[in-house]
Amino acid sequence: MSQFAYLSVLAGCLLGTAWLEFFLRTRVYQRAIRLVLTIIPVLFVFSIWDAYAIAQGHWNFDSRYVTGITVFANIPLDEILFFIVIPICAILSFEAVRSARNWNAGDEISK
Amino acid sequence: MTYTQLALLGVLIAATADLFVFKTKLLTRRVFWVSYSIVIFFQLVTNGILTGFGIVKYDGEAIIGSASPKDTAPAILGDGRIMFAPVEDLFFGFSLVLLTLVLWVWLGRIGIQRNPRSGPPRKSVQKILRVE
Repeated sequence: MSQFAYLSVLAGCLLGTAWLEFFLRTRVYQRAIRLVLTIIPVLFVFSIWDAYAIAQGHWNFDSRYVTGITVFANIPLDEILFFIVIPICAILSFEAVRSARNWNAGDEISK
Repeated sequence: MTYTQLALLGVLIAATADLFVFKTKLLTRRVFWVSYSIVIFFQLVTNGILTGFGIVKYDGEAIIGSASPKDTAPAILGDGRIMFAPVEDLFFGFSLVLLTLVLWVWLGRIGIQRNPRSGPPRKSVQKILRVE
């Protein structure tokens, strides 16, 4: 356990889902523009929530296990990366299920 | 507001975005619930690491359960916690995942990189997955 503990969990999330892009052809990283446009508003909304929660003391981070870099409003860099990594993992899981089962999600061409 | 209140509000806002604002209606789709059940399993694992080792600690005033102890692991189950994490985290996670997928599907719907679609899985995994 070190200052990279939180980052290691995030790295584990990315590594644990990366195989989906290749073996299930999720084509999530391949659709990078759509991915980035999805993440930006999510990152914005949840950073505000995080900033409020940190300011109110709802949660705090053990300084031994985070990088110690804060981005803004006392939000650790680790936490900002969380709001990027988890959406990526969620979309990969979602597209993996679609790939494996061919179920509609509502963004198919309607005509 | 407490974390408990905010977490429930988060779910409400994400659900409103899905059903009424973006009208993606993922909450009515099988693909969402199957994906989410996979995600929640891994959330319990990874969030269990973050909270069990005390990387993230919670204030007892903000959650249903009591505060994270200083140098030991919190309850693995009970005292308002599931896999070391406050139950609130499940609602937080749900709103994070739902909002993400709503935006992803909505962007595809309005034509932003709708293609290439996902799939089909590689031949090597097709048998394991019993792809129809």
